[in-house]
Amino acid sequence: MAMTKTTPVAAKAAGHEEDEYYDLPAIVKSIVKRYSAKPTALIMILQDVQRHYRYLPEAALRQVSEEMNLPMAQIYGVATFYRAFSLKPKGKNHVCVCTGTACHVRQASVIVDKLERELGINAGETTPDGQVSLETVNCLGACALGPLVTANDVYYGNMTVSKTDKMLSDIRAGNLKADEEDEL
Amino acid sequence: MNKSLRIGSPRELEAWRNLLTTNFDPNKTTITVCAGTGCRACGCKPVYRAFKEVIAKEGMAKEVELKATGCHGFCERGPLVVIRPSGIFYQRVKPADVKLIWDQTIIGGHTVKKLLYRDPATAEIIQQEVEIPFYKKQKRLIFEKNGYMDPFSIDDYIRLGGYESVVKALTTMQPEQIIEEVKRSGLRGRGGGGFLTGRKWASCRKAPGTPKYIICNADEGDPGAFMDRSLLEGNPHAVIEGMIIGAYAIGGSEGFVYVRNEYPLAVKTLNKALADCYECGLLGDNILGSGFSFDIEISRGGGAFVCGESTALMASLEGKVGEPRAKYIHTVEQGLWDKPSNLNNVETWANVPLIIEHGADWFASIGTEHSKGTKVFALTGKINNTGLVEVPMGITLREILYDIGGGVPGNKRFKAVQTGGPSGGTLIVETSQRDIHDSLVAHGDIREEEEARSLLDLPVDFDELTRAGSMMGSGGMIVMDEDSCMVDVARYFLSFLQEESCGKCIPCREGIAVMLEILNKISAGHGTLADIEQLELLSQGIIDTSLCQLGGSAPNPVLSTIRYFRQEYIAHVVDKTCPAGVCKELVSHAIDESCTGCHACVKPCPTNAIIGEPKQLHYIKQDDCIQCGACFQICRFDSIKRVKRGSGDALQEKARKLWQSGAGKKTPAAV
Repeated sequence: MAMTKTTPVAAKAAGHEEDEYYDLPAIVKSIVKRYSAKPTALIMILQDVQRHYRYLPEAALRQVSEEMNLPMAQIYGVATFYRAFSLKPKGKNHVCVCTGTACHVRQASVIVDKLERELGINAGETTPDGQVSLETVNCLGACALGPLVTANDVYYGNMTVSKTDKMLSDIRAGNLKADEEDEL
Repeated sequence: MNKSLRIGSPRELEAWRNLLTTNFDPNKTTITVCAGTGCRACGCKPVYRAFKEVIAKEGMAKEVELKATGCHGFCERGPLVVIRPSGIFYQRVKPADVKLIWDQTIIGGHTVKKLLYRDPATAEIIQQEVEIPFYKKQKRLIFEKNGYMDPFSIDDYIRLGGYESVVKALTTMQPEQIIEEVKRSGLRGRGGGGFLTGRKWASCRKAPGTPKYIICNADEGDPGAFMDRSLLEGNPHAVIEGMIIGAYAIGGSEGFVYVRNEYPLAVKTLNKALADCYECGLLGDNILGSGFSFDIEISRGGGAFVCGESTALMASLEGKVGEPRAKYIHTVEQGLWDKPSNLNNVETWANVPLIIEHGADWFASIGTEHSKGTKVFALTGKINNTGLVEVPMGITLREILYDIGGGVPGNKRFKAVQTGGPSGGTLIVETSQRDIHDSLVAHGDIREEEEARSLLDLPVDFDELTRAGSMMGSGGMIVMDEDSCMVDVARYFLSFLQEESCGKCIPCREGIAVMLEILNKISAGHGTLADIEQLELLSQGIIDTSLCQLGGSAPNPVLSTIRYFRQEYIAHVVDKTCPAGVCKELVSHAIDESCTGCHACVKPCPTNAIIGEPKQLHYIKQDDCIQCGACFQICRFDSIKRVKRGSGDALQEKARKLWQSGAGKKTPAAV
């Protein structure tokens, strides 16, 4: 299988800053160093790379392979095996529908259908303008609020078809900011 | 924590605890806010901050303490606030209520009635946390400290008696003695398999080779199970303490906690706890001056369900693709990097300090003959009281679902409960006698009838669940009512497992895919009776020949639903209907005469298929309807029905006639 070719142009189209992309060698180096290049930490290293770029650019994977002295085959294997990794750029906004069992029996599929219709993409895809990625997740563990959707880590509980409209307009208005502070 | 404090002996730990106890005033008013993921999701942060502000504004920081604790379990009623020492329990607290609680309770000494729990069954208002039916039947041992400690504070844990078991184990017990104690306690692995923990430890201790690895499996992948996360988020030290004791008993020197990356809060609490332990000498070299050294590292998983399987988890820990391997070489002999490795689940580790502290006999006195202690279940789905419940083994399903869970919302009929996650089974809970009879005729097995009737009184333990065709698994318990379709549930789990199958062995990779294909066919109305038999046949093949337990248990959801709900499969293949109205290809949406003309369903319809003027009977243009269910969800009058495909117009025609005759139309007052 050919690897998704990611050019700086594509990265820019997906909303990534160009300089951010060109800083790649230094960024990857510092991430690998964080874990002392231990092979055990490969998954965590890729997680951190993905957090930075919102996906795993090919150039970054090659750099990781070089820095850690691991074959590219292993890196690519790991990057494609685990659900958390994506080789394609993700959108600026991240909508995630929980389809865990509890949400499923509370009709999460109706919400997925609705979002797919509204955004014009299937779950797992990103809108062509690079604005929104739609994903499903196996369980967020907040089953009391099911069906549950998160948009940029903001929780929308007891989701209904009409509440999705409100959520999408929140996203479009760009005023969605998760309360990321852990210290309460 | 006092930064300069490094404990070199049990005596110094005791002195530290004494100091903490002396400085602790049990009568000081403490406001505890639940800060588990459930409560965070429904907004406990602003509540906490509002309290913080009030305390600062009133200058009462000395008199009143504010504490963010781990999960209290009653997620349904979050955000939860408990005032201690009085134990007043407030639920669904909003930031705007904070001032009220402050004025009336903290200052005035009265309760705020509207925030107290009202028992929906008896309408009784309950003040104390312990008196609420949800908590009353529980036996909270593992979660006992959760509501009292700040998970980021080792001081809290030590004050509450933490690490006393480590002291006892390291200073008064020989490793073999500890293993014997754990064996005698009857503790079985809480991750799913139910293997005797003591026996596993003994084999690992005996296995030749060093170093020996001690692993905590916190890759909680089962959808609908979140007890491991809540434990790590609420009381990470209990898990660390269990691992230290286990490492000492087994002779392990290095430990790993493999935790899901999707649990960022658990990763943070764990990181803080580990750092504190290293700083004060509870981890690292020469723990408490005993000469025993042990290290723990965190490894964040990549989100693959199969990595919950021990051999796959170890491969993943090595930085590889998480594929399992054949089990004839035991991981206790050759696990991580081919060294002896002992893996236990989060909840199992958290049980260990309790066993050492109170003794094997005490632990063995709780539970049933072959399942000892308590088990934490995540009670979710169509149930009034969603949350985490810790109950003694052997408690009946009835007690869990009715007494603790509070029954099904909206006067619906209980149908089934699913335990054990995707690898588990769906058990029949309640059904009409007619359904059972049909199922029996199809099965030709009279014992089946007795079983089906008595399942509500099934004592919940490892063996009883397995006998009933499900399993304990990690403890997810998903309740389904009459609106859940069992074919759809089986299809849901299989599509999950097909996606999560690592693809290494053929029975799992190809077998599950074929079974899913058949189920898709059935749910689309193209199935035949032979398909049901084919499913059973394939299931046996997959169970017999899969490499690991993911494949080996994958057919469980199908087999158990066929076993208990065969009539529902038959309805799909013979009558081409979905009795629960879930399978899209088999249903039509239609509006009956109870429509009030409220017009609410018109706008959400994506295809503009709903026609009607306000206050007039509406109808759905059957040709335009895509069965998305948006109108069904929005209708407050239960007027939108899911009927057998093709019979929608007949129902709407009947409704039209009734309206014309005036019989169906609501009086304006009712509208």
